[in-house]
Amino acid sequence: MSVVQDAMQALMKKAVALAPDQWIPGGEPDPLIGHKHGLIGASISRIDGPLKVAGQARFAAEFPLEGMVFAALHYSTIAKGRIVDIDTSRAQSAPGVVQVMTYRNSPRLNPTPPFMSQPKAAGGDSVPVMQDDRIHWNGQPVAVVLAATQEQADHARCLIRVRYAAEPCVTSMAVAKAAGTEPGVFQGEPLKLEIGDAEAMLAAAPHQVDALYTTPRHNHNPIELHAATLAWDGDRLFVHDASQCVDHVAWSLAQVFGIDEANVHVTSPYVGGGFGGKTLWQHQILAAAASRLAKRPVRIVVSREGVFRMIGGRTVTEQRVAIGAQADGAFDAIIHTGFVAMTPHNNMPEPFILPARSGYAAKSFKLDVETVKLDMVANTFMRAPGEAVGTFGLECAIDELAVQLGVDPIELRLRNEPERDPTTGLPFSARHIVQAWRSGAERFGWHERSATPAARREKDWMVGLGCATATYPYYRMPGGGARITLTKDGRATVSISAHEMGMGTSTAQTQIAAERLGLSMEQVTFVYGDNRLPGTVLAGGSQQTAAIGAAVVAAHRLLVTELLKLAGNDSPLAGLKPDAVGGLDGGLSKLDEPDRGESYASILGRAGREEVTVEAEAPLPLELQHWSMHSHGAMFCEARVNAVSGEIRISRFLGSFDCGRIINAKTAASQFRGGIVMGLGMALMEETQFDERTGRIINPSLAEYHVPVHLDVPEIEVTWTDEPDPHTPMGARGVGEIGITGVGAAVANAVFNATGKRVRDLPITLDKLL
Amino acid sequence: MHFIINGRDVDVAVDTRTSLLALLRDHLHLAGTKLGCNQGACGACTVLADGERINSCLALAVQYQGREIVTIEGVGAPGTLHPLQQAFVEHDGLQCGYCTPGQICSAIGMAAELARGVPSFVTEDLTAETIDLTHDELRERMSGNLCRCGAYNGIVAAIGETFGGAAGDTSKREAA
Repeated sequence: MSVVQDAMQALMKKAVALAPDQWIPGGEPDPLIGHKHGLIGASISRIDGPLKVAGQARFAAEFPLEGMVFAALHYSTIAKGRIVDIDTSRAQSAPGVVQVMTYRNSPRLNPTPPFMSQPKAAGGDSVPVMQDDRIHWNGQPVAVVLAATQEQADHARCLIRVRYAAEPCVTSMAVAKAAGTEPGVFQGEPLKLEIGDAEAMLAAAPHQVDALYTTPRHNHNPIELHAATLAWDGDRLFVHDASQCVDHVAWSLAQVFGIDEANVHVTSPYVGGGFGGKTLWQHQILAAAASRLAKRPVRIVVSREGVFRMIGGRTVTEQRVAIGAQADGAFDAIIHTGFVAMTPHNNMPEPFILPARSGYAAKSFKLDVETVKLDMVANTFMRAPGEAVGTFGLECAIDELAVQLGVDPIELRLRNEPERDPTTGLPFSARHIVQAWRSGAERFGWHERSATPAARREKDWMVGLGCATATYPYYRMPGGGARITLTKDGRATVSISAHEMGMGTSTAQTQIAAERLGLSMEQVTFVYGDNRLPGTVLAGGSQQTAAIGAAVVAAHRLLVTELLKLAGNDSPLAGLKPDAVGGLDGGLSKLDEPDRGESYASILGRAGREEVTVEAEAPLPLELQHWSMHSHGAMFCEARVNAVSGEIRISRFLGSFDCGRIINAKTAASQFRGGIVMGLGMALMEETQFDERTGRIINPSLAEYHVPVHLDVPEIEVTWTDEPDPHTPMGARGVGEIGITGVGAAVANAVFNATGKRVRDLPITLDKLL
Repeated sequence: MHFIINGRDVDVAVDTRTSLLALLRDHLHLAGTKLGCNQGACGACTVLADGERINSCLALAVQYQGREIVTIEGVGAPGTLHPLQQAFVEHDGLQCGYCTPGQICSAIGMAAELARGVPSFVTEDLTAETIDLTHDELRERMSGNLCRCGAYNGIVAAIGETFGGAAGDTSKREAA
């Protein structure tokens, strides 16, 4: 970017920050925030629940196509080099085999547009897919077999023999760091920030903590494997995908295959978990390329090992956290710096400094994420990228400082509560974290905690309590759009290319649309999961609810305008402006005079219309530059550590959240709990073991990569402030990711309280406590 | 080969390498049974064979000829849901829904094991005639079914409510 562009962008940012509120999306509160006793916030069972419990929700690998063949992938066993020879003759002649594809016969493909490089880029990396003999990581696909059955494809794949010429590779963090690092760049901005001289302030502070915290690689491991069922019709490609970004996948596939975006149709009605991993990876591209070659529809289901080999996860981090404080606990300096690994082919510098940017007041800051490049599968977004691991370092350090100061760790946090965003100076859109801490502490019984470590013992079990702040920003990405169709019988269909991967999207959005339109949920249909629908909505960054919300607000305004036109002068609504009316009891009414209204049936009937359809786009998300917008949570953990074996059990957990208005109490509670469960996994067991000698992942299975099971998970209590954010659609902020944040630290702090042992390296396995 | 699936006779010729899971999903299009790991680590493929829960990914189809196989499609359908399925919906014992059929089939098999007095790792008295479905018994016995969305609390509540015992009683659950 040129100096002039930089300056223009900085100027625009300043202008948006200083603009009057009413010029900014969310400047006028969404009228739904005022609806107190309707569908918003109700505890409603998910509407697709019956389909799912009956096994009738159809996932990507469950659409049979006529003449379909099954795919199997063969993966490289070196981290860098080239293929000298690849013998596919035995595979080619094995029973049932239709096609074997390698770089030698693959169709010519364009490089994959990597995520965040362009608005609809979805690729995990930019490596050209099977276009040459080059190997970029240990586990890269080198051959695709298509056969009549999965068993035949799997068997034939075993018959492939590859000879490699290995070249020197960089697979060790230490070696890579020694060769030099580069500052991370995230969302167009460097992950580097200095306010004041933090090192000097730290050195001069009467109290200091300064330690290194490390977190390993993680894999998303949704139980549904990455999969696609696809077919070509001439130059048109149809894909049933398991995707959290159907529009992005369609556009990116179009670039790869050099075809018109309109010729790619991607559907993904149900996704068996995503967590950031279900974007565009090589498997969809390889299946589509092989399908083109073989002229047959293809189903590809990546094996569990394959998911570890070719789908990236969260990268490794090494974080230094140092805090300098006065005797009263006021922070003089916050230093959060360190290193993350990525690859030469992607740009995802795990932004672990994000929590420190807005969490606490301090007189000085030094924040920096430095990156190194390794020859490994490209790392990617995983639930709360940055915050999940960043809160581990930061929130453990605060606990360490509280011990040193002899202050209660909650009290220490509240003493450093900022009035405005401490690093941008922007006002907070809404921040009720103090309320979340107070009510959470009360419900959890925090006052029963002994400040002295290892003070409570029950038989062989040492028991401790710990806490930490959870945090995740409000995001809304550009591209939201929605269509509303209202029919004469008073039914509405809301269509948007959004996603359902467990969040309860269709349920929450049906509630919202029904409340906005003044209809019952039965009268509203929410259609999603298809790139041909309006809008471009990524299910990521916990932004989907807001992105859909803003698009529906815009479409609804158009609908009301249109209906008022149709109603004409013979209606009780005559003369009213769109802003003065809203949906109520199957029609439109004046907001402050509910008896003055007319039903949709009557308006459309008199106008002789069967239906009205409107489509609108959401405004640009300027609110993000006008306010500092963040959700928070107060996390409480009770850990029991066996004095003999070091075994750790979590016996109680409570999350007290401040995430704006909650849309559906039942599904939101599940989102919070689900995040906490994944956080418990991160705290206690999850680790993708990467062999730094060979660059190979050595535990690529659910038998060796441990995730929490039933017996690992206690009853998790969740509660929320339900304070609406006045500047977001429905007053809501996302709830999908915040649950995982703060959990690692809350567990580590509870383990310290139980044992007096401070573990700064995740996961906290029993060997680290013996 | 002859199979009895959800009470219906099915005759189909498949490769002897075909797992019971692949037979159901790929050949018979009974896609309610899910593939998660293909190595018996996740439990998503759980079905009932003569009333006992098995990982269908670890079972060769040929071994199950003539035996009573029940999959989620045989448990209940929308409109005629099994009480356990209904309880899963009400307690939100699911999110993405992918592990759900396996959880439900597993819970049905688990209840039968409990009724037969089969002890588990957490059973205190191995000689007891009857075993209560405590919170710990339930969680231990269901630990072969992974849920990555983390719907465990809702799953436990749904199973406890349906099959009774202390696990179905919230007050006892919290005391446990």
